[in-house]
Amino acid sequence: MNVNQQAHMASPYRQPQPALQGYSQPGYGEPPTQYAPYNGPNPGYQQGPAPAGYFPYSSLPSKALPATLASDLSSNSSSPLDLGPVRPSPNSGPPPMLTPQGYSQYTQGDVQNGPPTMSGQPHRPPVSQPYLPGSQPAYHQHYGAPHTGMQQMTNQMSGMHVSAPPPAVSGYAPSSHPQTSVSFSGVPSFSVSSQQNSPAASLTHGQPPSQPPFPGSPPLSQSPFPGVPPPGSQAQYSSTPPLPVSQPQYSSTPPLPVSQPQYASTPPLPVSQLQYSSAPPASSQAHYPGAQPPPASQAQFSGSSQTSPFHAPSSSFAPPAGAPRHPGVQPMQALPHSQYLSGPPRQPMQGPPLSQQNHVAPGPPQPGMAPGMQGPSAQPAPPGQGQGVHPHQNGAFGQMSGPQPGYGGSYPGPQNYGAQPPPPAAPPQKRLDPDSIPSPQVSELPAVQKTRHRIDPDAIPSPIQVIEDDQANRSSEPFTTGVRGQAPPLVTTNFQVKDQGNASPSYIRCTSYNFPCTSDMAKQSQVPLAAVIKPLATLPLDEVPPYIVDHGETGPIRCNRCKAYMCPFMQFIEGGRRFQCGFCSCVTEVPPHYFQHLDHTGKRVDCYDRPELSMGTCEFTATVDYCKNNKIPQPPAFIFLIDVSYNAVKSGLVDLICAELKTLLDYLPRESSEADSCIRVGFVTYNKVLHFYNVKSSLAQPQMMVVSDVADMFVPLLDGFLVNVNESRAVINSLLDQIPEMFADTRETETVFAPVIQAGLEALKAADCAGKLFIFHSSLPIAEAPGKLKNREDKKLVGTDKEKTLFQPQTSFFGNLAKECVAQGCCVDLFLFPNQYVDVATLGVVPSQTGGSVYKYTCFQVPSDGDRFLNDLRRDVQKQVGFDAVMRVRTSTGIRATDFFGAFYMSNTTDVELAGLDCDKAVTVEFRHDDKLSEESGALMQCAVLYTSCSGQRRLRVHNLSVNCCTQLADLYRNCDTDTLINFFAKYAYRSILNSPTKTVRDALINQSAQILSCYRKNCASPSSAGQLILPECMKLLPVYLNCVLKSDVLQPGADISLDDRAYLRQLVTSMDVAESHVFFYPRLLPLQKLDVEGDTLPTAVRDSEERLSKGGLYLLENGLHLFLWVGANVQQELLQSVFNTPSFGQIDPSMTNLPELDNPYSRRLRAIIENFRAQRPRYMKLMVVKQDDKLEPIFKHFLVEDKSTSGGASYVDFLCHMHKEIRQLLS
Amino acid sequence: MATYQEFIQQNEDRDGVRFSWNVWPSSRLEAAKMVVPLSCLFTPLKERPDLPPVQYEPVLCSRPTCKAVLNPLCQVDYRAKLWACNFCFQRNHFPPAYAGISDINQPAELMPQFSTIEYIVQNGPQTPLIFLYVVDTCLEEEDLQALKESLQMSLSLLSPNALVGLITFGRMVQVHELSCEGISKSYVFRGTKDLSGKQIQEMLGLTKPAAPVQQGRPAQPQDHSVSSRFLQPVHKIDMNLTDLLGELQRDPWPVPQGKRPLRSTGIALSIAVGLLEGTFPNTGARIMLFTGGPPTQGPGMVVGDELKTPIRSWHDIEKDNARYLKKATKYYDALANRSAVNGHCIDIYAFALDQTGLLEMKCCSNLTGGHIVMGDSFNTSLFKQTYQRVFTKDYNGEFQMAFGGELEVKTSRELKISGAIGPCVSLNVKGPCVSENETGLGGTSQWKICGINPFTTLGMYFEVVNQHNAPVPQGGRGAIQFITQYQHSSTQKRIRVTTIARNWADAQSQIQHIEAAFDQEAAAVLMARLGVCRAQSEEGPDVLRWLDRQLIRLCQKFGQFHKDDPNSFRLSESFSLYPQFMFHLRRSPFLQVFNNSPDESSYYRHHFVRQDLTQSLIMIQPVLYSYSFYGPPEPVLLDSSSILPDKILLMDTFFQLVIYHGETIAQWRKAGYQEMAEYENFKQLLQAPLDDAQEILQTRFPMPRYIDTEHGGSQARFLLSKVNPSQTHNNLYAWGQETGAPILTDDVSLQVFMDHLKKLAVSSAL
Repeated sequence: MNVNQQAHMASPYRQPQPALQGYSQPGYGEPPTQYAPYNGPNPGYQQGPAPAGYFPYSSLPSKALPATLASDLSSNSSSPLDLGPVRPSPNSGPPPMLTPQGYSQYTQGDVQNGPPTMSGQPHRPPVSQPYLPGSQPAYHQHYGAPHTGMQQMTNQMSGMHVSAPPPAVSGYAPSSHPQTSVSFSGVPSFSVSSQQNSPAASLTHGQPPSQPPFPGSPPLSQSPFPGVPPPGSQAQYSSTPPLPVSQPQYSSTPPLPVSQPQYASTPPLPVSQLQYSSAPPASSQAHYPGAQPPPASQAQFSGSSQTSPFHAPSSSFAPPAGAPRHPGVQPMQALPHSQYLSGPPRQPMQGPPLSQQNHVAPGPPQPGMAPGMQGPSAQPAPPGQGQGVHPHQNGAFGQMSGPQPGYGGSYPGPQNYGAQPPPPAAPPQKRLDPDSIPSPQVSELPAVQKTRHRIDPDAIPSPIQVIEDDQANRSSEPFTTGVRGQAPPLVTTNFQVKDQGNASPSYIRCTSYNFPCTSDMAKQSQVPLAAVIKPLATLPLDEVPPYIVDHGETGPIRCNRCKAYMCPFMQFIEGGRRFQCGFCSCVTEVPPHYFQHLDHTGKRVDCYDRPELSMGTCEFTATVDYCKNNKIPQPPAFIFLIDVSYNAVKSGLVDLICAELKTLLDYLPRESSEADSCIRVGFVTYNKVLHFYNVKSSLAQPQMMVVSDVADMFVPLLDGFLVNVNESRAVINSLLDQIPEMFADTRETETVFAPVIQAGLEALKAADCAGKLFIFHSSLPIAEAPGKLKNREDKKLVGTDKEKTLFQPQTSFFGNLAKECVAQGCCVDLFLFPNQYVDVATLGVVPSQTGGSVYKYTCFQVPSDGDRFLNDLRRDVQKQVGFDAVMRVRTSTGIRATDFFGAFYMSNTTDVELAGLDCDKAVTVEFRHDDKLSEESGALMQCAVLYTSCSGQRRLRVHNLSVNCCTQLADLYRNCDTDTLINFFAKYAYRSILNSPTKTVRDALINQSAQILSCYRKNCASPSSAGQLILPECMKLLPVYLNCVLKSDVLQPGADISLDDRAYLRQLVTSMDVAESHVFFYPRLLPLQKLDVEGDTLPTAVRDSEERLSKGGLYLLENGLHLFLWVGANVQQELLQSVFNTPSFGQIDPSMTNLPELDNPYSRRLRAIIENFRAQRPRYMKLMVVKQDDKLEPIFKHFLVEDKSTSGGASYVDFLCHMHKEIRQLLS
Repeated sequence: MATYQEFIQQNEDRDGVRFSWNVWPSSRLEAAKMVVPLSCLFTPLKERPDLPPVQYEPVLCSRPTCKAVLNPLCQVDYRAKLWACNFCFQRNHFPPAYAGISDINQPAELMPQFSTIEYIVQNGPQTPLIFLYVVDTCLEEEDLQALKESLQMSLSLLSPNALVGLITFGRMVQVHELSCEGISKSYVFRGTKDLSGKQIQEMLGLTKPAAPVQQGRPAQPQDHSVSSRFLQPVHKIDMNLTDLLGELQRDPWPVPQGKRPLRSTGIALSIAVGLLEGTFPNTGARIMLFTGGPPTQGPGMVVGDELKTPIRSWHDIEKDNARYLKKATKYYDALANRSAVNGHCIDIYAFALDQTGLLEMKCCSNLTGGHIVMGDSFNTSLFKQTYQRVFTKDYNGEFQMAFGGELEVKTSRELKISGAIGPCVSLNVKGPCVSENETGLGGTSQWKICGINPFTTLGMYFEVVNQHNAPVPQGGRGAIQFITQYQHSSTQKRIRVTTIARNWADAQSQIQHIEAAFDQEAAAVLMARLGVCRAQSEEGPDVLRWLDRQLIRLCQKFGQFHKDDPNSFRLSESFSLYPQFMFHLRRSPFLQVFNNSPDESSYYRHHFVRQDLTQSLIMIQPVLYSYSFYGPPEPVLLDSSSILPDKILLMDTFFQLVIYHGETIAQWRKAGYQEMAEYENFKQLLQAPLDDAQEILQTRFPMPRYIDTEHGGSQARFLLSKVNPSQTHNNLYAWGQETGAPILTDDVSLQVFMDHLKKLAVSSAL
C-alpha cells in the first residue's frame, strides 16, 4: 500500500517538483499548516536523509502496511505463523524475535499484533515484504519487524501512515536516529515517504551503496538516498517489483544479514523474503509483486524500519536494532504500536504512526532535521540529497509538520481537501508528495528523481493490492463461521462459507468484529458499530440455502422475555429442560416436544441434527399467529403498470415491455418445490387516466376498464384483474398484443403517478394479498391528480443550504401513500424512462419505503438501452422476494440496534417493515451501547425476518452472529472491515443530506474518519512523529474509499449531473450491500491487453487513475451500474481486430452497447468477462465503448476515482494529505 | 248545431284540446266563481294522419313581444297583402313568398280546417336520435338475461342511423366504448362520488384539449370522433353491442349476507346526463335507465345496503323517518333539470319486487317527458312488451316519439296563462300573457317537453284577466295559440301550431251557455291534475279537503236546489257525472297513499299527469264490462252490485286489467265445461273478455298488469278495491239487496258520498 501510495503521490507531486526548489520552500511555506506534518518530515529528511528515505516508506500510509509487511515479513520469516491461524502469537512471537532487529518495535508490534491480528497480518505481510526490500538494511529490520507482524497487525494499523516524520523524527531520531530511520522506513507516512523516499530512495539507491552507507553512517546514507533511494523506496512501496534498482538495493540490503535472513527464514512469504534476501535485484522485484499488498504495508513499515536501517541505522540499526530491538519492542507490544519504534522503545511509540518522522528524525541529521523539519530544514534536506527528495518529504509530510511556511504553498492544496480541493493547491502538494513517492513504479533513476517531488501514488495504500492480497490469502480455504469475532475475507474475495453457528458474511457483515466493551471506548474510537444485513441474499451455488425448520403448531421456540428465536447462542441447562437466552439471559422452559438430553459438554445430543442449534442461519416456518390478521396469507400478486403516454409509446418502450412480458411471465418466482408459480398477475396501463384490464380466463378477449377519476382511485373490477398466468395465457397474450396497437396513436403527453400506485395498492387490498407493483413511468406527473408534481429542478440551489430540499419529496403525499403500501405489503418497483426532470426524489419515496427499487433509463432508446432495461426487468421479476416482511434485530444486553438504513419503513423504533424484501436489498443497522459488554460473552445479534414467501407461506428467517468484545482499542481496530464501514458511512451521509447541507455532511464524514484514525494513532500506534500518517492495517483504505464517497455525485455534484441522478443514486446506495457499495465507490478497472484467454482468471485490476491507463491498452471498468470499455489510442491493430472486427481505432463505433460476436479466443474471453461482470451485479450494465480522447471520455474519467474530479473532488493523494492534516490537528 | 258533446269531440280530434269550459266567462270575477278554472288538456302532438305537414316556415307576427303565428283567425287584407295578428292586433306584411295570395288562393294556415298545422323547418344539421342505455347489473341472473335479450332486440328496432350508447352500473359505473375492436373498453367510475358534468366529460376524455371555449353557447355538437367512442350508429356497432350486451355479467362484487347489492344508480344517471350534455346538447336523446332495485350508495342513494333497514314507506315519510329522501330527491331533481335543459329525456324502467326509489327518481322522467315503467321483474311480458312498445312506429313508419319539444302559449289579451301541469319544465319566459298567479308550472309562457309522444297531454291553466267593468263585446272570441317546436323522430325540426278560439259569455246573463259548455270530463281530469299537483307538496287529507270544497262550491254554483233541502238538489246533465268522478278520484291511488308504496304512488301519479283525457278518466274511474249469457258485453256500474256469480267482469284501471269470474262461472270453469263440445258457448263466454283484454294490452303503454281471477281469488282484491262499496258488511243486511258482493270496507259508498254532498251543497251554513 504505502508503496503504491507513495508512488502515486509522487507522480502528482512530481509535476510540481520540477521546481523542486520551489517546492522546497516556497510551496511549502504556505502549506505548512496543512502539510505541517509533512514539514515535520522534511526536517526529518534533512536531518537524516536516510530518514527521509524512511519516510517515504513510512510515509506510506500503510504503517499498517508496513506492519503488515512486517507481519508478512515476519510471516515470511514466520509467515507460517501469520498465515497460520496462529498468526497471532506464533508469528508475532517468533517474528518479533526476529524483528527484534531494528524493529524491535515491530517486533513488539508483531507480538502484540501477533496474537490479535492474526488475520490481519497475513494480508499485509506481503506488502510489507516488498517494502522491506526497499529498505535494504531496513528490510532486515523491517522484516524483522514485520515478522513481528504482530506489530504489523496493530502497528500496521498504527504504522499506517506516518506522514510527518520529521518533527517527530527529530524527537525520535535523536534517540535512535538509526532506529528512527528505521521508523521512517516503517513510517508509512506519505509525506515522510516522500521525503524519505528521497532519502529512502537515496538509501535504497544508496543501498546498494547504502549498505556501505549504512555502515558508513547517516551521511552516507543520505548520499545513497539521493542516488538510489527513490527507486529503491519506490520499488519497495510500489511493491512494483520490477524496479531493478531497488532490487539491487535490496540486494544491497541483503547485506543486512539479519533482516534478510529473517525474511528468508520466514517461510510463508518465501518470495518476498527471497526477494529481499535472495537477490536484491530481481528477487526484490519479485518480492514486490509477490507480496504486493504486504509490500506496500511493509514498505511503510519496512520503510520505517528499513529506513531506519538504511539511514544511519541501516547499518547499525539494521543489524543491531533489528533483533534486539524487537525483543525490546516486544515488551512494547503491550503497546502494539510501539513496534515500529525504530529505536526499540521509541520506535514502537512513534513507530508506526510517526515512524517516518522518526525515521526522518533518525536521520542522524536529526538536529538538522529538526530545523529542517520545520521548514527550512526540510528544504535544506532536499538540496542535500535529491532535492527532489526533500521536497517530497516536505511535500508529503514535511510540509505537514513544520516547514509549513515553505510548504505551505503547496499544501494549501490539502486545505482544499478539507473544504474542497482548490485545484491550484493540489499541484504543489503533489510535488511534495512526489518527492516522497518517487517513482516506485519506475525504478529508473530518472523516474525517481521526478517522483521525488510528489507523493508517489504507488506509495500510498492501494485498494488493488489489498484486494489482491486478500484474494490470494483467503479465497483458497472456506471461511468457517464457528469462531466468534472472526473477520471474514473482503467482499471482493471469492470464498466459500461454512456455516458453523454464525451467519455467513453473505448475510451479515459488521464494521468491526470486535466491539468495544464500553460505550466510552466506542465513543473514543468513533468507529461506528454497524452491520449490513442482507437477509435474503442469494448464496453462491456451492452453498446450501438455509434449512427450513418446523417447530410444529406452537411455532418457533423463543425466549420468554426477549422473544429471541432458538439459535446456537441458547444455552441448555438443567439437563436440557430449560435454556438460557444468550441475549437477555432469561431462562425458559423447553417445551416437551423439543426436549432433548445434553451430552457431557452441555450440548444437546441432537445439536447437529437441528439447523437452528448448529447453524448461524436458518428459516422457521411460521404459524398462523405470525400472519396478518391471523389469516394464512394469499399468494402474492405482481401488477404491471405501464405508462402509455406519448413519450413512452414513441420511444418504443410500450412495445418492448409488452413483448417481453409475454415470455417473462413464465418465469415468475416460485418455490423450488413447485412446478408453477402461485403468483397472480394483473395489468394496468395509464397516462392521464388508468386502464385496468380484465383478463379472466373465461373471456374471449380482454376487457379494458378506464378509470379517469384519478383523484379518488379505486379498482374497477374484482374478478379477472389478478389472474393465474397459465389459466389466462390466451387472454393475456391477446392483451399484450393489443396494448401497443391501442396506444400507437396516442397524443396524450400528461401522466399521473400517485394514482397509479394507489391503483395497485387498492387492487392488492381488494385481493387481500401482498404483492409487487412494476411501474414503468416516463415523465413528471403533471396531470391534475393527487401527487401532482411541478418541475422544481433548480441548479442554483446546489451547494446552498437549501440543497437538501431537492432531496426531499415535494409533498408529503407520497410518504403517506408509502405507509399505506407497507401496511398492505405492497412493494413498488419503479422503472423510469425520463427525457427530462422527473423528480426522482419524490417519485422514489414509495419505492424506497416499500423495499422496492428504482431503475432509471434517461433518454431511453430501444437500440441503446433496450437490453439493459430488459435484463433489469427480467432479473427484477424473477428474483426471489419476500413480502410483507418485518425485520427485527435483537442483540445481547449491552448494545442495541438504534439506527437503520435501507429501503423500508419504520413505524416504531425497532421493527423494520418491508412491504417487499428481495435478495438484493440490504439493511444497514447501527448499534450503540446502552450498557457494558463483556469480553467473555461477546456481543450477539440475531436478525429475524418474518415474511411471506412467493408461494404465500409465512416464514421466519433468522440470522445469528456473534462478535468479540474488547477492552483494548487495538483489538477493535484490528478487526474492522473498511468496506462495511464505507457502506455505513455512505448510507449515513446520504441520509444526512436530507437534513443538512452537503458540505456539512462531508465535513462530518471527514471529521469522524479523522477521529477514528487519530484515535488509533493516539492509542494504538507506536509513537512516532506527528508528521507521519499512520493508518490501522484494517483501515488503510479508509481514506481512499472515503474520498470516493465524498466526491461521489451525490455529495459533490459536478455541473453535468442532474438532480434526478443524484436523487437516484442516493436512493440506490441506501439499500446496497457491501459488495455493491464497494464497487460502486471504487470501480473495478481491469486491464485487458494481457488477457488470459484460456483460463478463467481475471487480470489483476489496476487502480482507478488515469495514470494507470496505457495508450496501448484496453480497459474494462465497472461500478455496478456502468460498464466501460476504454480503448487506448495506440491499441494494436490485431487487438482491435479481434475485439471490434475493425483494424482501425477510428472505425470503432462508440455507440455500440455490445461487442460483436467474433470467433476468436480473445473476443470470446472478453465477452465472457463482460457477461460475468453483468451476472455479478444486481443491475445489468450497459457497455459503453470509450475511445481515448473521444468525447465520451470525460464520462469515463469520472469513474477514475483516484484522480481529481472535474467536480472538485480531491485526488486520492490530495485527500490523504488532507486527512493527515486533520488527524494531526486532532492529535495536537 | 251540433251538441256541445260533438263540438268538444270535434275539437279534440282536430286540435287535441279539451277545455273545461267551452264558453268563457268574460270577466275575472265571474271566472273565479266558476270554481273549475278555465283550463284545458292539450295534446301537442296528437296524431293527425290527415294532417300533412307543410314544408315551409310559419309566418310570424312582427311585434317582438308577440311573434304569434299566422292562423285562420287572423284578419287578412288580400289586396294590401297585410294580415292582422289576432293576439296583438299588429298589422303585418306577408313575406314576399306570399305575394300571390288572394281569397281564393290561400295558404294552408289561413284555412279554417288548419287550426292545427305543422311546419317542417329546415335549419341546422340534423342529428340522429340517441339512445343511451343505462343498465343495472345487480340483477338476478334470469332478470339480467331477460333484460339483455330485450336490449339486444331493441337494437333491431332502432333506425340504423340512431346513435346508441351503453352504461352499466352496479357497485361501479361503466361507460362502454363501442368502437373498439379486439378488446372491449369501458370507462369506470366509482359509484359513490358525485361528479360535475364537466368532470365527467373530462374523465371521459370528451373535452377537446385546445378548442377555444365559445362563450355562452355550448359548442355545437361537434366532432364526432370524440364522442363517437361512446355513442355509435346502430348499423356500425350492431354486432359489437350485441356481443357486449351478451357478455354482460352480473355485478361481480360479492354481496354479503344481509346486505343489498351496492347499486350506484345516482352516479350512473349523472354520468349519462353528463355524457350527453357534453356531446349532444339540445338534440333528441333518450336515457333509458333499467334498474332492478333501489340505489344503495353514493349520491342519490335511497336506502342503505343493510337489509335490516327497509326502504322508506309512506309511514316513514310522514314520520320524517326517511333519511335519504330529501337528499336523493334533490339530487335527482337537479339531474332532471340538467337533462331537461339539454333536451334529453330520461326513461326509468324499474322492475323489482320491492321499491326501487321511484319516489326520489320520478322527477327525472316527470320533468323530461320520459317514461316510467314499473313492474316486478324484467323477465315478464310486462317489461318485454312495454319496452318494445317504446319503439312503436306511427302510420308513417316513424317512431311515435319526438324530442326537445318546446311549447309556447299565446293568448288574447283577456286571458293569461297561469301554468301547466304535465311532463314538462318551465323555460321561464316571461311575457305579456303570463299570469302572476301560478298554477302548476307557471310564470312562463314556454315549457320544454324533452320527450314527447302523440299521447303526451298537458293540463294548461288560464286566468281570465278581463275586468268586470270592461265587458267583451257580444260575440267576441278569445283565442289561444299553442306553438310546439320539436324534433320529429325522423330528426326533422317541426313546428306545430294550434290556434283555438272560444266565445266569451257574460256569466250573469248567459250562465246557461257556460253551464252547457262545461266539459265535465275534462274538468274532472284538470281538477284531478291540480289535486295531484297539490298532493306532491301537501298532506293527503288537505288535498282531499280542498277537492271536496271545490266540489261543494261547484255544486252550490251550478246545482239547483232549495236551501237546506238535500232532496231538492239537482245537477244539470253537463255536471251530472262530475261528482262521481270526484268520488272515485278521492279513492284513487293518485290521492290515496294507503296500501300503496311511495314508489307506486309516484308511478301512478306520473302517468296520470301525462295521459290524455280518456286514459286519465279510466285511471280516475276504471271501466267495468260485464260478460254474461244474457247479452252482449256491457259496461256496468263500477259498483259492488255489478259483481254477480254468473257474470265475468273485465275491469280496466289503466294500470291493471282484471278479469273476474263470478262464483258460478268460476265453478263451471273449474268443472271444465269449457272443454266440452256441448258447452262451446261457455267457452266463448270465457274467451270474450280475454280477447277484449288482449286488445287493450296490445295498445296501451305501459302495458297494464294483467290479472285473471275469480270469485274468492286473492287477486280479486284489485277489483274489490275499485268498485263502489255499495254493499259492505255494514249495510249488507240492512239493505237486504238482491245481489252483488259485499265489500269488507269502511269506505263510504257513492250513495253516502252523494248524500253528504247534497247536504253540504244545500246547506246555508256555508
